[in-house]
Amino acid sequence: MIWNETNGDLQLFDTGILRRAVVSAVRKLNPITLVHNPVIFVVEIVSILATLFVIRDLAAGDPTADAQVQITLWLWITVLFGNFAEAVAEERGKARAESLRASQKTTETKRLVLEHRMDFETVKSSELATGDVVLVEAGDIIPADGDVVDGIASVDESAITGESAPVIRESGGDRSSVTGGTKVVSDWMKVRVVIRPGGSFIDRMIAMVEGTRRQKTPSEVALTIMLVGQTIVFLVVVAALGPFSFYSGGMVATTFLLALLVTLIPTTIGALLSAIGIAGMERLVKANIIAKSGRTVEACGDVDTLLLDKTGTITFGNRMADAMKPLPGVQIRDLAEAAYLASLSDDTPEGRSILELVERTYGKMVENPAVLRHIPFSAETRISGVDLHPEGEVRKGSEDAIRSYAKMGENYQLTRIIQDIARSGGTPLVVARDHRVLGVIHLKDVIKPHIRDRFMQLRRMDVRTVMITGDNPLTAAAIAAEAGVDDFLAESTPERKLELIRKYQGEGRVVAMCGDGSNDAPALAQADVGVAMNDGTQAAKEAANIVDLDSDPTKLIEVVRVGKQLLISRGSLTTFSIANDVAKYFAILPPLFATVYPGLGALNVMDLHNPQSAILSAVIFNALVIIFLIPLALKGVNYVPSSPDMLLGRNLAVYGIGGIIAPFIGIKAIDLLIGGLGLV
Amino acid sequence: MADDTAQLLLFGVVIVILTPLLGRYMARVYAGERNYLTPVVAPIEKIIWQICAIDSRAEQHWSRYAFSVLAVNIVCVLIFYAILRLQYYLPLNPRSVMGLEPSASFATAVSFITGTNWQAYAGEADLSFFSQMVGCTAQNFLAAATAMSVGIAVMRGLTQSRAKTLGNFHVDFIRTILYILLPGSFIFALIFVFQGVPQTLSNFSTVVTVEGGEQVLAHGPVASQVAVKMFSTSGGGFFNANGAHPFSNPTPLTNFLQAVLILAIPAALTYTFGTMAGDVRQGWALFSAMAFLFVIGLAVVYAAEGGGNTLLNRLPIDQTTGNMEGKETRFGTAGSALWAVTATATATGAVNSMLESYTPMGGMVPLLNVQLNEAIFGGVGSGFYSLLFYIVLATFIAGLMVGRSPVYLGKKIEVREIKLAVLTPLIVPIGMLLLPALALQISEAASAMYNKGPHGLTEILVAYASAVATNGASFAGFDASQPFHLNAQALAMMVGRFSFIIAALAIAGSLGAKRSVTTTVGGVPTHTPLFVILMISIIFIFGAMSFFPALALGPLAEHFEMLAGQTF
Repeated sequence: MIWNETNGDLQLFDTGILRRAVVSAVRKLNPITLVHNPVIFVVEIVSILATLFVIRDLAAGDPTADAQVQITLWLWITVLFGNFAEAVAEERGKARAESLRASQKTTETKRLVLEHRMDFETVKSSELATGDVVLVEAGDIIPADGDVVDGIASVDESAITGESAPVIRESGGDRSSVTGGTKVVSDWMKVRVVIRPGGSFIDRMIAMVEGTRRQKTPSEVALTIMLVGQTIVFLVVVAALGPFSFYSGGMVATTFLLALLVTLIPTTIGALLSAIGIAGMERLVKANIIAKSGRTVEACGDVDTLLLDKTGTITFGNRMADAMKPLPGVQIRDLAEAAYLASLSDDTPEGRSILELVERTYGKMVENPAVLRHIPFSAETRISGVDLHPEGEVRKGSEDAIRSYAKMGENYQLTRIIQDIARSGGTPLVVARDHRVLGVIHLKDVIKPHIRDRFMQLRRMDVRTVMITGDNPLTAAAIAAEAGVDDFLAESTPERKLELIRKYQGEGRVVAMCGDGSNDAPALAQADVGVAMNDGTQAAKEAANIVDLDSDPTKLIEVVRVGKQLLISRGSLTTFSIANDVAKYFAILPPLFATVYPGLGALNVMDLHNPQSAILSAVIFNALVIIFLIPLALKGVNYVPSSPDMLLGRNLAVYGIGGIIAPFIGIKAIDLLIGGLGLV
Repeated sequence: MADDTAQLLLFGVVIVILTPLLGRYMARVYAGERNYLTPVVAPIEKIIWQICAIDSRAEQHWSRYAFSVLAVNIVCVLIFYAILRLQYYLPLNPRSVMGLEPSASFATAVSFITGTNWQAYAGEADLSFFSQMVGCTAQNFLAAATAMSVGIAVMRGLTQSRAKTLGNFHVDFIRTILYILLPGSFIFALIFVFQGVPQTLSNFSTVVTVEGGEQVLAHGPVASQVAVKMFSTSGGGFFNANGAHPFSNPTPLTNFLQAVLILAIPAALTYTFGTMAGDVRQGWALFSAMAFLFVIGLAVVYAAEGGGNTLLNRLPIDQTTGNMEGKETRFGTAGSALWAVTATATATGAVNSMLESYTPMGGMVPLLNVQLNEAIFGGVGSGFYSLLFYIVLATFIAGLMVGRSPVYLGKKIEVREIKLAVLTPLIVPIGMLLLPALALQISEAASAMYNKGPHGLTEILVAYASAVATNGASFAGFDASQPFHLNAQALAMMVGRFSFIIAALAIAGSLGAKRSVTTTVGGVPTHTPLFVILMISIIFIFGAMSFFPALALGPLAEHFEMLAGQTF
């Protein structure tokens, strides 16, 4: 599958991508489209003006014209570099989207004329409308996201998840949702189209990673406003500088003033801002996460509370028999035999685990048991078992159900055993034979390996985890402790879930919720970030704003990381960009006014060898720094979970102080180089 | 030298002690809680409410609050304008001073109501006692009460949760005057009288000097105006020479006390804010950031002035006491530097020595202080709401740097606040740089500077910085009575003052309406030394950076040329 081949790291500078990006960078010079990046747009306008002035000065035979030509050239290069940064991110996004799109090809599909009949007409998948029912059979590609309304089939979802084992999809229940682009391996089913092809998550994601229809996130909007503000400030500064220097008795070449303007406005972050956003989306796709909007990803950086269903997330879905606890006066062997018999017809994982436990201890207990009748479990009786031939019956079930079956009153011994089990996080299953209670089987929740580590990681990111379970508080507390979650909600119902989320939000927390079932939909919608599992129901996926294709609830760690990285990258590069200005002042101001006030030469702390070289070096540094920072913008600034104060201190030191020092070194080095080459 | 250090240290200690005392008192006053003055003032307050038909419990939405601010201020401007025009016909005019001409009257009225107190006239010569008292002195109260009310409304916005209103301007306004400004000014006016500052309504005295000549001694109701012009950080003096005049500032003690009086409220308001936020560390953090910048400025001015003028080294001039040109010997370089920094960091602009005569570096710090637009303590109230713009930016940057939405005191800073916090301060470089640049293009306006070369540029930079930041500090070598300057400055003062008031109230209104989120998890703490460092950097980068090129052509050029022995 194309997906799997490209699912790894894209080469940071793949030659094909680079080539296309260069072309795109030139195409982006069109001022009409460049307006969306105000800072770079200003640089382009300045470059046009500088070009005109240089032509004038060349004609007039200005002695500094040579330096002016070079400066103007570098101003244009700055624009191209800025465009290039965005283009690289877009091209990488497109490459990523290509693989997503491979699963979205238009296919022939069988639309049913009447839902309950089997006759169909063949149409193009793109012609489908929401609500249409299609028939998919072995070998067919499912044309769109939808719900199974009839039939059962195994589906290869590797195109989406990379998981090679086919999964079962059937009507009703939590496994009724199918994703467009996946392939039916065996059998058939009828699928009602929920999302018209072209409107699905994947299409939205493709639009986002390509950068074409990407909506700016709130922090991006705020940052852009700040950058525009800074640009206006420096426009004013440079505009006022003309009259000031004229008053002071010096004529400053307009090109030099324009050079000062371009070096002072935040070109670095202006050039890299959209690249950071697109690259962030691309990293998400790489992690098999589909986000419905960039705003959601950003909100993930703020998540401080994560609600998780216990079952399937923290523990494996089923419980295992762990021990047998007979009542006093009952032989443990008798209890084992009764439990064994009662589980014979029970093919749930719990039932099978009881057989395994007994067999492990005593071997096969009963050869050819004479079973008269199976009593299956029902939610009403909450009891199951068998009637034996010729007589006798064994039952297992919940405490209440068995007690009423055995007509047993309060029993101190039984209660103590049950409480012990509950306290340790287990589930008690009471066993009785012929209306006599024999003892209790301890069913234990098995916690997924490594889940503790994942919660530790979340905690380091300041995210509290809250386990949601239908268990009683005692059991819940024990499992919560074992799994290492921070809090739990026991005996949960959909209403209580919703209530809990509202309560947390009322406290000002930002809540993420992972869920897959239809009854999770309201909670997913209420949460600030709803993460639906790809194998969950369509309702859940609709209500959520993030879909995890791998159905791994702890993937939220990845999303939080990318969300934070996005903000940190923007913040750090902004700080770096603004801090650069200090050195640029020291480089440009002394030569600018050298003829009027030679004393200002004292500010030439970098000892740049002549005025033209100083200005040119600053402009070149300003352009090159964009190129040097592209890899950082694409990969994202490294995020090490730690306290906000430490994080702020570290980033301020690296990008703030680093941003002040770096240009001193860079400009000096360029000055030495162009001096050595004799360029000015 | 040791005396100087002791004086400056003592100043710091007094301010640090005064801040929590006055800060806590003000918090009680604005919360309407019982305080020392309640028994005396509350009945008067009630009577005023009744006369003015003010419903003290009617809270105002931010826009309503801003409307009330503007309405009260417009009425004040009109009244003051009328007084200045008609002073000849009004009482308390023993010298029969003529009415001020229209443009000067308007500029003066705007100047006083915005708290700038830029004086394009000589107080003792051009104004009657009535104008001085009912006009200038009263306006000092009104302008300060306006700014403090807005400052408090902004604090409410930051500290309350899900509230649609910011308090009642009329109530805050009257409380400020009755509980804070009047009692403080009254006590200090008495102290100043005790120290020899005149307070009289009799006509100027004519005395025979030692040489036998005749001299007219100007005096009047000075003490009352001096006390309030300092306490309200307005700075407009009774005399043209302002705090250098021996009747305004007779002794080193009055000099020290007046400097304390200037900084008292701006510093204490940080504590008021901390109290309202329920965490005084928040207030101290802001205090620390501003105090750091204040001390740096003071150190530079004191060093520059104490070092004297290198150009004079070749002449037989004793410079052991530093550069004493334009300074009073009773204050020396320390007492002068203290005033220069205190009055420009706050929006006072009062002087006890001539900033014009300072060394280039000594003069650059007051200029930069003004250009920072009240970021270093600032005027009463206005300092706090001006700082809000820097706080929003600092919080935004800090949030980005740690990968979280920016939150200050549990309030999410969103696009709307950023927009206001970024776009409003654009007025500052436009007014402080483009207006003087424009003036230099107009030959009459360009001739307003008495000096050539970099010093001339500094003069015009100071004039416009002072107007936009509603500071009122000036270099004396600038003739502000040119029509262009009168009008441009009046405009700069109004826009500088009221756009910030409206924008600050808008930010506070939108923050106040938001739910306060828990700050225990994840957000950047805003009371730590790190946040203080961040605030200082933000003030420096967003406030000062844009002025470097202009400063390079002004004081910096003058400084380096002075070292090279060059004069202009």
